[in-house]
Amino acid sequence: MKKDCFILGIETSCDETAVAIVKNGREIISNVVASQIESHKRFGGVVPEIASRHHVEQITLVLEEAFEKAQLDWDDIDAIAVTEGPGLVGALLIGVSTAKALAFAKQKPLIGVHHIAGHIYANRLLAEFQFPLLALIVSGGHTELVLMKEHGRYERIGQTRDDAAGEAFDKVARMLNLPYPGGPHIDRLAAVGEETIDFPRAWLEKGSYDFSFSGLKSAVINKIHNAKQRQETLNKEDIAASFQASVIEVLTEKTYQAAEEFKVKQVIVAGGVAANKGLRMELEKRFSNTSIPLLTPPLELCTDNAAMIAAAGTISYQQGKRSDLALNANPALPLK
Amino acid sequence: MVTFKKKTNNETETKEIAARLASMLNRGDVITLEGDLGAGKTTFTKGIAKGLGIKEIISSPTFTIIKEYMGGKLPLYHMDVYRLEGSDEDIGFDEYFYGDGITIVEWAHFIEDYLPKQLLTITFLYAKDGGRILSFKASGKHYEAIVDQLSRNL
Repeated sequence: MKKDCFILGIETSCDETAVAIVKNGREIISNVVASQIESHKRFGGVVPEIASRHHVEQITLVLEEAFEKAQLDWDDIDAIAVTEGPGLVGALLIGVSTAKALAFAKQKPLIGVHHIAGHIYANRLLAEFQFPLLALIVSGGHTELVLMKEHGRYERIGQTRDDAAGEAFDKVARMLNLPYPGGPHIDRLAAVGEETIDFPRAWLEKGSYDFSFSGLKSAVINKIHNAKQRQETLNKEDIAASFQASVIEVLTEKTYQAAEEFKVKQVIVAGGVAANKGLRMELEKRFSNTSIPLLTPPLELCTDNAAMIAAAGTISYQQGKRSDLALNANPALPLK
Repeated sequence: MVTFKKKTNNETETKEIAARLASMLNRGDVITLEGDLGAGKTTFTKGIAKGLGIKEIISSPTFTIIKEYMGGKLPLYHMDVYRLEGSDEDIGFDEYFYGDGITIVEWAHFIEDYLPKQLLTITFLYAKDGGRILSFKASGKHYEAIVDQLSRNL
């Protein structure tokens, strides 16, 4: 009988310190995230600490808890997967250094993982992949369409040319004086607002799968600015609904077009903005009359976590890919 | 201190000025960009990148705080420190400011304590007709010379 494969995943690319253990790339055994956003809210601040200091303080605790929850020990672990990029170099280095130290001390194979590959593989914790597949990655820092024809190979067919979807949400939230992170607040307001303002949709050149949200951002700014000058009061809910409708329509339609063009067998959604209810509803509606199955992960797998890194690392491990102890954090790591 | 103002009517003009400025920059130069949301800070950075011969898409660094671009004549470090408001965290600024590339910092006043004394600050204001007014403020001989040269060439 083939032995089960247990991969330890470590993720520290941005705000979250996370460690997880995943079995055979498909089953979460433990998944611990020390949410720095939460801890910061407690102190009344709106700024998540990006500082590596916070990762340093939490990494060993999170690691211990991941083992404790899994009821496993080091003998059970086949390899260590860690996010090597992209992200903040200081934050990434904590994860990478931890992983290297553990790999050396415990004599385990080390596997560097691309953060976006992780977001994609979060979906494999729900269902097996069917190739070719199309992944829509929408998060604070990314808005990308990635085509996969086989495991571990990624072809980026579209990306944002300015703001990521999550950034657009946060910036509009900022203008509406909503707290950080703004995405969930916009989503909440949009649910009760009406799409009364016809904000622009950035389709870009015909056939392009790239995205652009800065024109929309400017349109929202102008709308708010002009209303202020005329001393009109704008309904926040309606602005949120109108803004969100523009973002969602472009994301949904481009994803649908790409799915058709590349005749994919599966569409998966990943990243923090995949938690947006409006986006989920619209995507589900768009794909409901097609034969293409749509996968949207539960909230805890949309945001940054280490189970997704372990899941992506499992494929690399099975494909024989290894990193050596010279593995370094790469803030601008390309997805291949 | 040397100051200089220039009005631009659209994104293309903003990028052209940025590209021209890029050709005058050296390793270790730091430029701070101030202005409201949508005022053109990232657009300006796109122009700098173009001037440095960077082919990659320059997207907003708001979420990630720092984005690095290595594909040009000099490395370009693009920061947006808005999310660091009220924080006293040093996320390794010196390695960028005194490093081997050009650093652009959006919302730099949030990290005032970490900024070098000599730098070039560009403030973006909305003009009444929808254009933008770019105000250049140079501190230190090196940046004063750059702004002086730029103002003569525009």
